[in-house]
Amino acid sequence: MPIESIPALHTGLSLAAVLFCLGLAGLLVRRNIIFMLMCVEICTNAAALAFVVAGAHWSDADGQVMFVFVITLAAAEVAIALALVLQFYRRRYTVDIDQLNALRG
Amino acid sequence: MTVVAWIPMLPLLGFLVLIATPLFSDRPLPPKLVAAIGVGSVGLAAILTAFLAATQFAGNPAAELNLSLWQWFSVDGLQLDFGFHLDWLTLVMLSVVTGVGFLIHLYSTGYMRDDAGYQRYFAYLNLFVCAMLLLVLADNLVLLYLGWEGVGLCSYLLIGFWYRDPANGAAARKAFVVTRIGDTAMVIGLFLLFTEFATLDIGELISALSTVQANDPRVTLAALLLLGGAVGKSAQLPLQTWLPDAMAGPTPVSALIHAATMVTAGVYLIARMHPLFALSDMAMSAVAIVGALTLLLAGCSALVQSDIKRVLAYSTISQIGYMFLALGVGAWSGAIFHLMTHAFFKALLFLAAGSVILGLHHEQDIFRMGGLRRKIPFTFFCFLIGCACLAALPFTSGFYSKDRILLSAWDFYHGFNGIWLAGVLGALVTGFYSFRLLFLVFFGREGEASSHCRDANNTAMVLPLGMLAVLALLGGLLAPPLQSVFGAAGAGHPPLWVEAIAVAAPLAGIAMAWWACLYNDPARGEQSALGRFWYSGWGFDRLYDTLLVKPFTTLARLNRNDVIDRLYSGTAAASRQLHGLVSVSQNGQVRWYIATLAVGTVLFLALLVVL
Repeated sequence: MPIESIPALHTGLSLAAVLFCLGLAGLLVRRNIIFMLMCVEICTNAAALAFVVAGAHWSDADGQVMFVFVITLAAAEVAIALALVLQFYRRRYTVDIDQLNALRG
Repeated sequence: MTVVAWIPMLPLLGFLVLIATPLFSDRPLPPKLVAAIGVGSVGLAAILTAFLAATQFAGNPAAELNLSLWQWFSVDGLQLDFGFHLDWLTLVMLSVVTGVGFLIHLYSTGYMRDDAGYQRYFAYLNLFVCAMLLLVLADNLVLLYLGWEGVGLCSYLLIGFWYRDPANGAAARKAFVVTRIGDTAMVIGLFLLFTEFATLDIGELISALSTVQANDPRVTLAALLLLGGAVGKSAQLPLQTWLPDAMAGPTPVSALIHAATMVTAGVYLIARMHPLFALSDMAMSAVAIVGALTLLLAGCSALVQSDIKRVLAYSTISQIGYMFLALGVGAWSGAIFHLMTHAFFKALLFLAAGSVILGLHHEQDIFRMGGLRRKIPFTFFCFLIGCACLAALPFTSGFYSKDRILLSAWDFYHGFNGIWLAGVLGALVTGFYSFRLLFLVFFGREGEASSHCRDANNTAMVLPLGMLAVLALLGGLLAPPLQSVFGAAGAGHPPLWVEAIAVAAPLAGIAMAWWACLYNDPARGEQSALGRFWYSGWGFDRLYDTLLVKPFTTLARLNRNDVIDRLYSGTAAASRQLHGLVSVSQNGQVRWYIATLAVGTVLFLALLVVL
């Protein structure tokens, strides 16, 4: 294992963790659905970054393959989620997630 | 010999036609046609029976006929045919059922003329005759049981015939439930017989019994269980309480079902299974004791009744007690002989009572009657003949049959004994209550109801009354030759004074009735404490009410809200409460869900790391 690649793994994974925590915090804090979707994007991209860093570290192409999958998934998710948000807005004239509580127990 | 098959078939066809026509047309059949079908079917059956008796049985005491129609069912060793067996015992029963049945059907056409349920009435009556014929013709106990339950059903339907009065419905249910207790015992007896002998065919059973030792406990038990069934159906102690209430039905029904035929089914059952009973001393004594007690108890109750039909009902119970007594002392043919003569004179008495009731516009209280002998002389003569037979006055039919029973009781125990004494006392009481009834209704001062009495007899009623009167008077000459069924009876010669007492007892009873009813205030005896006790039938109804009915209804009331169900509904309520606690976390806040998800994941990962 080449000695100079260790910091790259550390910094890369740390960045991914920080990004993920940022996304999660945003998800918990924001009430606007659009912003929440953006936070989800941040979380998925943090995971994708972790794949790429790990793939580069072990010289394995699987990391990049997984990255492509994650990007595709994110794109599909955004397409459906934005459509749902649009519907929600048309019905309720709001994008506040706390208004969306009809299924409470 | 398909003539035999047609005998029960004809009433069945009559029943089917009468019950089915209202399904296809809204207009009721004309009453004349209903009468023609209802009476005609039974009349034809009677003619066939007479034909059979004349061609096959006359002068041939050992004659027997077997007819297997088809295989009924066959299950794992139990193979039963729908088969008939005819011997002299069956023939006597057949003649009684079809002959007396025909006369009562004929009488009914007059008695029920103005009733709205005319067609329904004859349909039930025909079904009854069919079931009763099946009962007596059956060559196996299961077919007999089919007829047994069939007559029970018809009895229920006819007691509650005027179903708009709730009291009649209650009487019908009481009859059905009380006899059901006996029927259950009988079914268990049949099961026992089948496990012991692997057959329920009566002929095979009887031949299998010849290899069994006397007083085998299993045989005793089976005999006692069959006795239980007979006791229920024949209204003997302790299941006698249903019969007096059964008088709620139309009077011809009381005559046919609750006096002449159905209630004697128990006697027939024991006579048919007599080899079984003869094997067990205990069962024999049980039969004799049940009969002796019943005839005294019911006789005393009949002494104080005020309803004309209830007097006759109690006298029926008492007379069937005589038959049981006869069976219990091995006088099988004596019991069947008394069954036959009793069918004649009791049907006559009930039909005559029906004429009285109809003539007095449905008045049944004998204390409101009196002095009727000049107003309705024909009915009076019929009633007189009936009472004379019932009291066993010399040279009437009842005298011959009852005398035979008393002599057999004396012989069986080789001298003086309690059973014989009970029979003699019963004869005294019988004379008392039968002539008390006669004196109160037809002699003495005119009662309140007597003034507007009319002669209700029409041709259809006069003819059966006349024929039954002749049969009741001369029936003593018709002693059937039953030796081939029961074996020859040993002729005993009791001392002369024993026979003299048997003749004198009813005469003494009549003298007492004359003294009590015509020289004293007849109602006085009924007012005493003992009189009231007897009036209520020795308090049996009250006893059963407190012992069985009240605890049951109390339990039912307690369990109205299903105590056991509380357990299940409690479990359901508790789980609903717990679910309520958990569903608080489902608050509809997406961000709350995300937070719990994140915390959960962190905790889970932490666990993985630590462990």
